[in-house]
Amino acid sequence: MKKDINRQNNTVGIMGWIDERFPLSSFIKNHLTEYYAPKNFNFWYFFGAIALFVFAMQILTGIFLTMYYKPDAAQAFASVEFIMRDVSFGWLIRYMHSTGASLFFVVIYLHMFKGLMYGSYKKPRELLWLFGVAIFLLLMAEAFFGYLLPWGQMSYWGAQVIVNLFATIPFIGPDLAEWVRGDYLVSDATLNRFFAFHVIALPLALAGLILCHLIALHEVGSNNPDGVEIKDTKDKKTGIPLDGIPFHPYYTVKDLIGLSVFLIVFASIIFFAPEMGGYFLEANNFMPADPLVTPSHIAPVWYFTPFYSILRAVPPILGSQFPGVAAMGLAVLIFFFIPWLDKSKVRSIRYKGTLYKKWLSLFVVSFIVLGYLGTSPSNIWGQFSSVIPLLGGVDIATVVARIFTFTYFAFFIMMPIYSKKDITKKVPKRVTMK
Amino acid sequence: MKIFVTTYLLFLSTCFAAENVELLKAPIDLTDNQSLQRGARTFTNYCLNCHSANYMRYSNLEDIGLSAETIKRDLMFNGDKIGDTMSVTMPVKESKKWFGVTPPDLSVVARARGADWIYSYMRGFYRDPTRAMGWNNTILANSAMPHILWELQGEQILNPKTKKLEKFTSGKLNTKEYDSMIADLTNYLVFMSEPGQLKRKKMGYYVIGFLLLLLFLTINLKKEFWRDIK
Repeated sequence: MKKDINRQNNTVGIMGWIDERFPLSSFIKNHLTEYYAPKNFNFWYFFGAIALFVFAMQILTGIFLTMYYKPDAAQAFASVEFIMRDVSFGWLIRYMHSTGASLFFVVIYLHMFKGLMYGSYKKPRELLWLFGVAIFLLLMAEAFFGYLLPWGQMSYWGAQVIVNLFATIPFIGPDLAEWVRGDYLVSDATLNRFFAFHVIALPLALAGLILCHLIALHEVGSNNPDGVEIKDTKDKKTGIPLDGIPFHPYYTVKDLIGLSVFLIVFASIIFFAPEMGGYFLEANNFMPADPLVTPSHIAPVWYFTPFYSILRAVPPILGSQFPGVAAMGLAVLIFFFIPWLDKSKVRSIRYKGTLYKKWLSLFVVSFIVLGYLGTSPSNIWGQFSSVIPLLGGVDIATVVARIFTFTYFAFFIMMPIYSKKDITKKVPKRVTMK
Repeated sequence: MKIFVTTYLLFLSTCFAAENVELLKAPIDLTDNQSLQRGARTFTNYCLNCHSANYMRYSNLEDIGLSAETIKRDLMFNGDKIGDTMSVTMPVKESKKWFGVTPPDLSVVARARGADWIYSYMRGFYRDPTRAMGWNNTILANSAMPHILWELQGEQILNPKTKKLEKFTSGKLNTKEYDSMIADLTNYLVFMSEPGQLKRKKMGYYVIGFLLLLLFLTINLKKEFWRDIK
């Protein structure tokens, strides 16, 4: 092998030996020490790195849980309690995994909201965004499969409800649901295949997509709170963006702060409130799965509730629940289209007008209200008085959920119109430090 | 905008809405070993005849200040080893025939039902001649469980007008003594649902202390590195 590859990196010794055979130094340069990120990242830019950390942690804790967990309908519930009581620090590993699952969604939702605020999906970052939405989609599947594994009442009936959603698809539905379950009802066969998906198929696919997400990010470069393209203003001599700083060490040390704060929140939940008032670990899931006893109120875990609310809000047509299921699917898939729905001239909310800000706030409120309603039975707010025409006797919560389902979709569907009409401000040439 | 305000107000008002069944507040104190030990005695003497606690080992009772000898002598009745779990001798098939349902395992019942529910349930039995066992319960209507502790509490009846429980005959314990016995039992069930929970909380303070130190370090590290960035 020629020496010039080595000389290009100016490395000697062990590093030199490796560089002649594997591009380690140039990899470190391209992705860390000479990857230039905008210097004006704010609070919202912590969550990407934190999400990666949580992913790694879920894999690690998952490996240890798999050593003791038994994917068998007769033993699953008991094996979880075995981990909680008899395995040394098993409770810690399990709580890290269960809390990690919920916080993964907290972090991902904040990360996506960052993208919406600063227009991180706009050209040339469309593909970066698409990879991100695909990761979100797979993460939902991963969480759903994992939730069956403790084999508690909520695991069982939650899975039953979700798999039955497939049964509403016209023509192929019932067969499809049976194919997914591997049985006529959720059973040992279902548990085994969900386990396979949860520990191998989806983590592998997620790892691949996360890699693609990062490759795409490093290809186009990071966006920033000003939405200014830092590659447009480069130092004439060095060719380095004037507003860019090397990711390492600047952002590695900064992300350590974000990570420390995250870990404090994470540890507070694990050690002091692992059930998080029934939102992270539902009370009903401490009862072993019983196919003969249906719980009176089946609620999915909090991170699915906005979509579950949309499902319930859409009324059945001709006795078929399929419209609700379709609406729920669309509520997730519609994120894929954002790069082409946003017609605004500017990226960042800082330079967008009040119109966009109003719509984005409306979306956030819709998401939160739908999320709250999804955790509760639909009669939680009682019924409208029978004297009111049209609405008399209808559940108040259902009507509210319908209104917010409408505004949820309106945010996306109206985007081409309001983003074009919106009066934007002038974007500066260089980033600003706030 | 109006929709916003109204929903927001609706949202707030329902956050504080009451539950369907009023539950009594259970006085839980997991640091009170005396209470936990009394609860363990009630549990092994009464509950464990029909209910199992298959995930709980007798040896875990050492965490509430009992010695191995005491556990063996006073709390184990069927010759189990101290490392065994609290199984039940009543055959599952038979119990289903007798009660209609198999009495549920109680290892994690406090996490499934909550302490207040258990505390209220054990105080909510009343005489009901229409039921097979002669008992009913205000918290879990038509519960299959008979009132095991009725000789201690005495009998209660449900006043059909006020829908309140009234004492009918008195038992071996007065009301205060019985309620305190149930409080101890509930306390024990909360302990049993996660025997390591006190240790967990204790460890939490050290972990968070360490993380605060880490935060202090990382903040200063960042300051040092970022000094030259304008």
